[in-house]
Amino acid sequence: MDNKRVEELSEIARKVRVGIIDAVYSASSGHPGGSLSIADLLTYLYFEKLNVDPKDPDMEDRDRLVLSKGHCAPGLYSVLAQRGFIPVEDLKTFRKTTSYLQGHPDMKHTPGVDMSSGSLGQGTSVSCGMALSAKLDGKKYRVYAILGDGETEEGQVWEAAMFASHYGLSNLTWIVDLNGLQIDGPLEEVMDPRPHEEKFRAFGWNVVHADAHDFNSLEKAFDEVVSDDKPGVIISHSVKGKGVSFMENNVAWHGSAPNAEQYEVAMRDLGER
Amino acid sequence: MADKIATREAYGKALAEFGAVYDNLVVLDADLAAATKTGIFKKAFPERFFDCGIAENNMIGVAVGLSLTGKIPFASSFAMFAAGRSFEQVRNSVGYPHCNVKIGATHAGITVGEDGATHQCCEDIALMRTIPGMVILNPADAAEARLAVKAAIDYKGPVYLRFGRMAVPVIYGDDYKFEIGKASVLADGDDVALMATGIEVEQALAARELLAADGIRASVVNVSTIKPLDEETVLERAAACGAVVTCEEHTVIGGLGAAVAECLSEKRPTPVLRVGVKDEFGRSGPAKELISYFGLDAASIAARAKEAVALKK
Repeated sequence: MDNKRVEELSEIARKVRVGIIDAVYSASSGHPGGSLSIADLLTYLYFEKLNVDPKDPDMEDRDRLVLSKGHCAPGLYSVLAQRGFIPVEDLKTFRKTTSYLQGHPDMKHTPGVDMSSGSLGQGTSVSCGMALSAKLDGKKYRVYAILGDGETEEGQVWEAAMFASHYGLSNLTWIVDLNGLQIDGPLEEVMDPRPHEEKFRAFGWNVVHADAHDFNSLEKAFDEVVSDDKPGVIISHSVKGKGVSFMENNVAWHGSAPNAEQYEVAMRDLGER
Repeated sequence: MADKIATREAYGKALAEFGAVYDNLVVLDADLAAATKTGIFKKAFPERFFDCGIAENNMIGVAVGLSLTGKIPFASSFAMFAAGRSFEQVRNSVGYPHCNVKIGATHAGITVGEDGATHQCCEDIALMRTIPGMVILNPADAAEARLAVKAAIDYKGPVYLRFGRMAVPVIYGDDYKFEIGKASVLADGDDVALMATGIEVEQALAARELLAADGIRASVVNVSTIKPLDEETVLERAAACGAVVTCEEHTVIGGLGAAVAECLSEKRPTPVLRVGVKDEFGRSGPAKELISYFGLDAASIAARAKEAVALKK
């Protein structure tokens, strides 16, 4: 990827982060930490990778993305806004009683959302079903699912992992957002699901690593993760709260919103002031 | 009486029959294809059958993904696991997005028999009823089971189909028209209405004979769609008879009895007595013996019907 494109994507990702903070600040609740950690990943996917069309969100042969870690809806909504699926100003209605932007993604009312999610682990199985369907029909679209690292503590993730390799779902890519923090604390203190690489390899998956905040690293990982006969997973090494100084690597920002003063600091950090 | 056939057997055959018509019909199972009878479909259409192994929660999610990409998936397991273990997957991944997933749950209720309480699901109707938009079908015989499968295919949205392990008589002939949301009145009578579902329809019909011998005229209604409840027929029969007995192979909490009582208490207060599994777990034993043991047999229904008649003012 040339430097110019990296700069363009970085600028989009910056706007995605601004949208995340705007949404969570307006709602006085939500999950900024894990949304910020996948902001670059979502930007890469929606602006480089996914075959999707904001004018035709239900396009039959589009690539699918399941945000299995559905609590990071602000990240998804913000990138969908940047990509033209929904108006950017709607982000400020996030979590409001009459808004279509639910606390966790609602596919029935949000253009561009391929699956309602939020109950951890469940999106993984849905992504398997979509990928299986594409195989059955001989279709070329690919299916992606984004998982939280804490989410991989759910047993269903491993049921789905077993299924995907058993049925050779080579059109399926999962991304595990490894930011090392879950709501109750660091993974190693709560329930360590690592090492992911060995576990996924044992389940028959192709495994690659990426720096979640480096577009060249993401590009390389998305190329290398694809194989002829296996599902692939990218272990995406990220910083929770990335881009907002006081939220970085701070578990307190898993699921809480900034106050007015903190909002101003965040906007400064993101180059909006 | 014609040959007895289990509704699960009719389910498997119907899947194979309609699989030939609908090439987007796919079937999932969780290592129970021989028991749920989806193995019949597997034999006919191996390329559209997917064993998910002993991992029901994943199976439900896979079915959702298939439904979102143009397939009509039937996901099968025992009721205990399809509705019980996977309740939250059904609630959040199937119900909330209103996906076109069909859950074929077999081995419902105590007539699982010797396997005992861990496998006897008497809670599935109650669980499924609480999910907005979920259709619940509990056919009474093989003919109705076949038609219920067809109706589920034609209906766009989530459907929970409940089938039994035990062979039951065939009640319906070729002229029967099954419609989701319609109860069928099998026998007329104006002293008491026996509203039954699933295998209890056979017992209710037998109870009607016992009551007739005592001069009590019972109407028998097959409520094969539990949700949406056919309120029109329930209200009409309640008005005609003035007393109702519900009969189900399910806990009396939250099932057909509850649905009928809720409807009548709000719209036409009428005495309702519930025949079903009391607030207790099942146990091992031959299915037929368990029907009597748990008070779901014709004699128990007839006794309750007499109590219901006595409650009429």
